[in-house]
Amino acid sequence: MNQFEAKVSIRLRPSVLDPAGEAIKSAATKLGVEGINSLRIGKLIEVNLEAKEEKEAKEKIELLCDRLFSNKVIEDFDYEINEINEINE
Amino acid sequence: MSSFTVGIVVFPGSNCDRDMYWALEGCLGIKTKYIWHESSDISGFDAIVLPGGFSYGDYLRCGAVARFSPLINSLYDFVKTGRRVIGICNGFQILTESGFLPGALTTNKSLDFICKDSELEIVTSRGNWFNSSNNKINLPIAHGEGRYFCEEDTFKELSDNNLIALRYISNPNGSSYDIAGIINKEGNVLGLMPHPERACDSSLGGNDGLFTLKSLIEF
Repeated sequence: MNQFEAKVSIRLRPSVLDPAGEAIKSAATKLGVEGINSLRIGKLIEVNLEAKEEKEAKEKIELLCDRLFSNKVIEDFDYEINEINEINE
Repeated sequence: MSSFTVGIVVFPGSNCDRDMYWALEGCLGIKTKYIWHESSDISGFDAIVLPGGFSYGDYLRCGAVARFSPLINSLYDFVKTGRRVIGICNGFQILTESGFLPGALTTNKSLDFICKDSELEIVTSRGNWFNSSNNKINLPIAHGEGRYFCEEDTFKELSDNNLIALRYISNPNGSSYDIAGIINKEGNVLGLMPHPERACDSSLGGNDGLFTLKSLIEF
């Protein structure tokens, strides 16, 4: 089995209002940082997992994203996945 | 009808289960039992309540983890038999996360936790969850993540099929199309953010919730 590390980003879909993002945008402006056109908050989920090959690791992550990590009604997801090392059986 | 039994599902983090028990047993005399969320045998119940609270700490998203409990897994077959299910507040969130009802519930527009009475329009009495002779009722709301969200196509489907049960008269949380509660196409599943179990005794501020809870056994 090989070991992989996935970084999953969960974002609110563009059509969904992000009131927390709006609040942070307001605070950023109060900090004196100007020119912020939009600011939206998402989630980062880091997963370390084992799989035979990258294809299988991706399948596992996509299942997790689709069924658990995100709610498709309000969220989109994307991810990057990297093999980190080999474990000798 | 005397042996009719309602099950209140208790998740780790449920906190309206006892209020619901009091409303069903104490106010309405309906035989009621708690069901632990790890139980998968709900065949002995005639109706199921998913109460409010913060199931599994509301981690990830409200209701997202509860969806994977053995009980919710059994609920799909239960609903297919036509038996009635009501999900209130966190229970509504669980029903949308589990796909029993369309749409999703997310953070209130104001970011505030809102706890107050809300005036509601009864849009449909389909499913007989609400008294069709009333146009408006008052029920308390208490939520931080009660903003119902759906896209226009889902709204059209809800609207065309007469599935919108309740609308806020004065939208408190930014919900799409002022939606406060919806039913499924068969009419046997109701999800709503307001709390009927907190409006079952006039000495506690109102009894507009009685009809809906009574409708678990009489419909």
